[in-house]
Amino acid sequence: MAVGKEIRNQIKSIKNTQKITSAMEMVAASKMRKAQDAMQLGKPYATNIRNVVSHIANANPEYKHEYMQERPAKRVGFIVVSSDRGLCGGLNINLFKATINAMKSWHEQGAGADICSIGAKAASFFNNYGGNVVASVRNIGEKPTVADVIGAVKVMIDAYNTQKIDRLFLVSNEFVNTMTQKPTVQQLLPLLPSDEKDLKHHWDYIYEPAPKELLDGLLTRYIESLVYQGVVENNACEQAARMIAMKNATDNAGDIIHELQLVYNKARQAAITQELSEIVSGAAAV
Amino acid sequence: MAMTMHCDIASTEARIFSGRIESLVCTGSLGDMGILPGHAPLLSALSPGPVRLVTQDGQEQIFYVSGGYVEVQPGGVNILADTAIRADDMDEVAAEQAKRDVEEAIANRNAEFEYSRAATQLAEAAAQIRTIQQLRKKLGQ
Repeated sequence: MAVGKEIRNQIKSIKNTQKITSAMEMVAASKMRKAQDAMQLGKPYATNIRNVVSHIANANPEYKHEYMQERPAKRVGFIVVSSDRGLCGGLNINLFKATINAMKSWHEQGAGADICSIGAKAASFFNNYGGNVVASVRNIGEKPTVADVIGAVKVMIDAYNTQKIDRLFLVSNEFVNTMTQKPTVQQLLPLLPSDEKDLKHHWDYIYEPAPKELLDGLLTRYIESLVYQGVVENNACEQAARMIAMKNATDNAGDIIHELQLVYNKARQAAITQELSEIVSGAAAV
Repeated sequence: MAMTMHCDIASTEARIFSGRIESLVCTGSLGDMGILPGHAPLLSALSPGPVRLVTQDGQEQIFYVSGGYVEVQPGGVNILADTAIRADDMDEVAAEQAKRDVEEAIANRNAEFEYSRAATQLAEAAAQIRTIQQLRKKLGQ
């Protein structure tokens, strides 16, 4: 029967799309679990180094490192961590909005912004939007290593050392839970001391070798570890966001199929009724 | 009971060790150092080498770190390693091979030879071998 051929084709094509989106959902779900594990594995190091650095900030060193001294902000730097691929809902767009808001508020204070983009989406967005992109890393993949981010971070730290920028921020998504990812803007440089009460008394470390050398290395390591942690966390966020986006797409495809099925049934029924009435009226005419 | 302190060894990719220990020996950038509970606050860079510690129950454990930092507070030690592995997981043959390769590369160097990188690799391979030898000594006892 030729009735509703177009509708049948449409249903078929949407069913195929639904199969693809539901497969992508499952892939994202399993990748998310792995990404979350990686995030957990990196946590102890990040926590420990944060403790050490806040101890340093609270100590009373004879040598005050330039990363701990605040200077007037004439230009600020942003490290923006995004995903390499799309189809993950509003994840990247929300992040870019947060970046632009932060940039705007600095702009009002007369400070321009340099951007270091991590991930292909940030690179293409800021190329279109017209930010001053000074460094960019892409195609990090699902297993990021510290080595992947070192180069980009070094560009920004060098810019800070040569006073091209006076603040450095990290913009990345925070993994709250599977449903929620929150874009956050975190200040990396200068370092903000924590307010741990029990370490306030007068003390200082014994440094081996000299403080400057040691702190240079350690603080660079600290920033690298924060950025690395940001990349790992963003990866978990990406998978979670993609899982949700694909789940929604699958559900929507189901709804559309349901509606089309109704339309198709009605059309078929109408055709049958019409044929019957034609036969009946034909027989009555004889 | 002997005095103990808390010890954390973590690398960027994983936590290697966390628990209470009696003592620890690690390779600082200016030489080996031993740390006991109640040590003065200290911050030092680490060279590639073994980290040897005695846990609360008197067991000796050996780890290999390829560099990093150690922070000492009176109540604990905090090792931030670039890469850290349990010495048991290390492969002596591979380490020896790596050492030979680097030595060879240094011996017949060519135009694009990077001395500093080769020196780092050599130091790492030598440190791995040192770690394995310590481990063997421990097991031999």
